[in-house]
Amino acid sequence: MKTKKLKISRIFIYVILIGGVLIAVFPFLWMILTSLKTNAETMTIPPTILPKKIRFDGYVTVLTKLPFLKIYANTIISSVVTVIAQLTFCAMAGYAYARIDFPFKNFLFTATLAVLMVPGTFFILPQYRIINKLGLLNTIYALFLPNLFSAMGTFLLRQFFMSLPQELEDAAYIDGCNRGKAFIKIMLPLVKPGLVSLGILTFRFAWNDLMWPMIVNTSTDKMTLSASLSFMQGQYVTDFPSIMAGALMAAVPMIVLFAIFQKQFIEGVAHTGIKG
Amino acid sequence: MIAPVTLGLIIFYFYPFFRVIIDSFHNIGAFDKDMGFVGLQNYQTMVKDKEMWRALGNTFKYVAIIVPLSLLFALLIAVLLNAKVKALSFFRVIYFLPAITMSVAVSMVWRWIYNGDFGILNGLMTALGLEPRLWLSDKATALICISTVSIWTNVGYYMIILLAGIQGISKGYYEAAEIDGATGLQKFVKITLPLLTPTIFYVVIMLIISTFQIFSEIYMMIDVKAPAIKFTQSVVMHFYRSAFSYSKKGYASAIAVLLFVIIMLLTVFQMKMQKKWVNYD
Repeated sequence: MKTKKLKISRIFIYVILIGGVLIAVFPFLWMILTSLKTNAETMTIPPTILPKKIRFDGYVTVLTKLPFLKIYANTIISSVVTVIAQLTFCAMAGYAYARIDFPFKNFLFTATLAVLMVPGTFFILPQYRIINKLGLLNTIYALFLPNLFSAMGTFLLRQFFMSLPQELEDAAYIDGCNRGKAFIKIMLPLVKPGLVSLGILTFRFAWNDLMWPMIVNTSTDKMTLSASLSFMQGQYVTDFPSIMAGALMAAVPMIVLFAIFQKQFIEGVAHTGIKG
Repeated sequence: MIAPVTLGLIIFYFYPFFRVIIDSFHNIGAFDKDMGFVGLQNYQTMVKDKEMWRALGNTFKYVAIIVPLSLLFALLIAVLLNAKVKALSFFRVIYFLPAITMSVAVSMVWRWIYNGDFGILNGLMTALGLEPRLWLSDKATALICISTVSIWTNVGYYMIILLAGIQGISKGYYEAAEIDGATGLQKFVKITLPLLTPTIFYVVIMLIISTFQIFSEIYMMIDVKAPAIKFTQSVVMHFYRSAFSYSKKGYASAIAVLLFVIIMLLTVFQMKMQKKWVNYD
């Protein structure tokens, strides 16, 4: 009796989970299917599910009408630079706040924490003005400059450094390491989960962000993927295959990256909940 | 070692923080031209700005819909995945997929699904013998449709965090409960839920902060000139349009200040409330 009841509840669990999977996957499928149709076919009533004949018109439009490779490059460069800079700067600062005493430490740390509390949108207007004053609008630098420095990253990595036992570092000093060497050789490898977490969060943010890249860079060959998609949607209003082809091409690199590093992605996100 | 971050934060965050507050008392026009101190004028405009009030109302609606439903579904899936299901990593990967996909691309495909003329959702409605609708122009559905997209992206992300929280609960509690003959539901209510409250608290805070700043979904799914913008635009959308479509940056700064104050108050309120329901032991 009990096993039968257990079995039914098992089936129920799988039904819900698989239903959820369909909801999660359907928009991706629809994106792919639409991108392979002709424009005329997307406007039939009732809609066809599978394309009658597979066509790549949408992809051709996107690749010929927009400097798509340039846009890819812009997005990749700005995301990668942001991640590397944040990891370097935040690891240094996070370590210092966790392990070194220096004047005004508490004050500076509190000020850093305060930035963490403020919504990102709040800073945008003056940031825009600074970039403008520096003459950097419509350059690749504008895309990443303010994002190189992160209060959140500093705090997150400080938490990771704090959780390491002091003895480890002391042992390194006894073995003749200086502070810099102990930091790079001993401490950094130990906070790898933290670096992975921060790296993924930052990359996801840099890759997805819309408002900032949209306001600083308005010429098509300086845009990021998200900004150029929004531009494209305005231009090709009812050319659904092209719009879907563009959306798919913008989404694919992150999905491939996720397929390769899924363990790191999932653990990285899980860690933010535990340490934050 | 703190020099790079501190310097960067001063230039791009501390200075802008004070600048926004000062700017909110100035009249700033096109090309960032400062036309002088105007006292509380921007704030007075804000109080009289019907669009602002509507945007604020819409934003609270987004929070009221997106935060609880994202949490609920994320928790449901996390709990189900924790029940020793087969193919756990397959499910985790699939559910996480929406969360890593560019939100702009996600909004574009949903906009196409919701399309009033040729969208698949209306195709489905017709097939089921129901009336097709103009999902994104209809006052009754537009905000809910946008919220659905946001929930769709949130669930997988927060599910991962909640699942990690659930897996962090010591097995000993469950074993003891099983000896006492507790049912699955009892175990969930008496053990999982109370011990998960710190993680739930974190998830709620993050959801509120991000939903309060909802922008790209609306920007991508509703045309700025469409009448639907009235009952869908959020505070951040109104901020964006004031600053960059109408070049009223002083006024936009005042909106930013309001946004900050509201998020601050909500967070402080949450922090105070947590003593009542969050378990730290």
